[in-house]
Amino acid sequence: MAMFIRVDFDASLQGDADLKRRLVEVCPVDIFALDGDTLTTVDANLDECTLCDLCIDAAGERVRVVKLYE
Amino acid sequence: MRLYEYEAKQMLAKHGVALPKRTLARTAEEAEVGARELGGATVLKSQVLSGGRMKAGGVLFADTPDEARAAAARILALAINGQQPAGVLVEERRDIAQEYYVAVTWDARAKRPVIVFSDMGGIDIEEVAQTHPAHVSRTHFSNLRPLSDYVAKLAVARTGVTGNDLAPLTRIVLNLARIFVQYDLTLAEINPLAKLADGSFIALDSHMDMEEEARGGQRALLGELGIADADTRQARPPTPFEVEGARVDAADTRGVAGRVVEFDGNMGLVIGAGGGSLTLFDAVRSAGGRPANYCEIGGNPSVAKAAALTKLVLSKPGVERIAVMMNVVSNTRADIMARGVIKGCIDAGRDPARTIAIFRIPGSWEKEGAKILARYGVEYVNRSVSMHEAAQRAVAKMG
Repeated sequence: MAMFIRVDFDASLQGDADLKRRLVEVCPVDIFALDGDTLTTVDANLDECTLCDLCIDAAGERVRVVKLYE
Repeated sequence: MRLYEYEAKQMLAKHGVALPKRTLARTAEEAEVGARELGGATVLKSQVLSGGRMKAGGVLFADTPDEARAAAARILALAINGQQPAGVLVEERRDIAQEYYVAVTWDARAKRPVIVFSDMGGIDIEEVAQTHPAHVSRTHFSNLRPLSDYVAKLAVARTGVTGNDLAPLTRIVLNLARIFVQYDLTLAEINPLAKLADGSFIALDSHMDMEEEARGGQRALLGELGIADADTRQARPPTPFEVEGARVDAADTRGVAGRVVEFDGNMGLVIGAGGGSLTLFDAVRSAGGRPANYCEIGGNPSVAKAAALTKLVLSKPGVERIAVMMNVVSNTRADIMARGVIKGCIDAGRDPARTIAIFRIPGSWEKEGAKILARYGVEYVNRSVSMHEAAQRAVAKMG
């Protein structure tokens, strides 16, 4: 269970295969993964988020990084 | 990584430094055979990775092979500073006219290697330096440029050596300096370097330490010396705590959480950053603290790695609190470390606010780190508090 970071994304992302692939590629700590065609987040890696914003650069407001300590 | 005397002598022999005739014996029977083959009087020396062999009874003399056998049996049964000997070096005994000292080591302040030479060898060089400073020379050289004969000659001549002794001593010093550079040593020492009655010179004892990180690059040499990868050359076997520390470090390639060493104190240390570990460990000791461990964490470890190290330190019986301290860091993020140590505390069933005596990691992402710590009731200490003051505060909280 992540203690510090939660990553939310819009359900609409599931319909964009290219963007899903990009999210998996850009995250340096492998928070995003594809389970078949379904985009998911890897719970064990959420707290490793470096707040680099590469996912936000890729998907804009459709991805939100939430700091649970704020 | 320390080498045994017999290994150091293998290296000297390979590079043309004269040595007494010798043989390595693993049993008293082998020592007797070796002494018989050498003929005459012998000296038998315990092969341990520790100093103080003579005082501990690890160096004995024998006039006959029978005496050599008895002496070897005594030496092989004798642990010195907790170490069982790897064997007994049986050497011919030589008549000595004069003893010299030569060592090449690294001068951290000068950031260059230095040759230390004395015409008063065989005894503690620090004592000679204090009582007879004119008899000890220190000569720096570059480990990047080719080493010239002149530097070695200068090291010898500075102690007043002249005449027929100058050239042979220069050759030995030059060879030792080249061995030092070529094999990534941190210390190459011959003491005593003996002048015999016939005017020749031989290395009677030698001590060499290799840079631990050089093991990979010096694989060929280690193979020649018969040193296996698993032969760590530590002064004692690692404790289960230290083994687990090495496993934590190896399990995740991100950052470093290494060199975990166990002590018997009550203050766990999660410390690091560019030599900061040593400074902080000393600072805790100076403040009267009793460290439970030493470690080096840095290089931007993952949250998981910092958490695993923290949990390990807290698992040690008697550890009441941990001090999380670093020098000012640019290559390790304070917020990632904050997440890691808090997670480690909680995974260990501890309250971070009561467990973390101090958190001082000034540098990159420190404001974010402070927010995380505040959320869990842990005070963040910034760079306005020196490392020594931070250590004092942590020790004061131990009660």
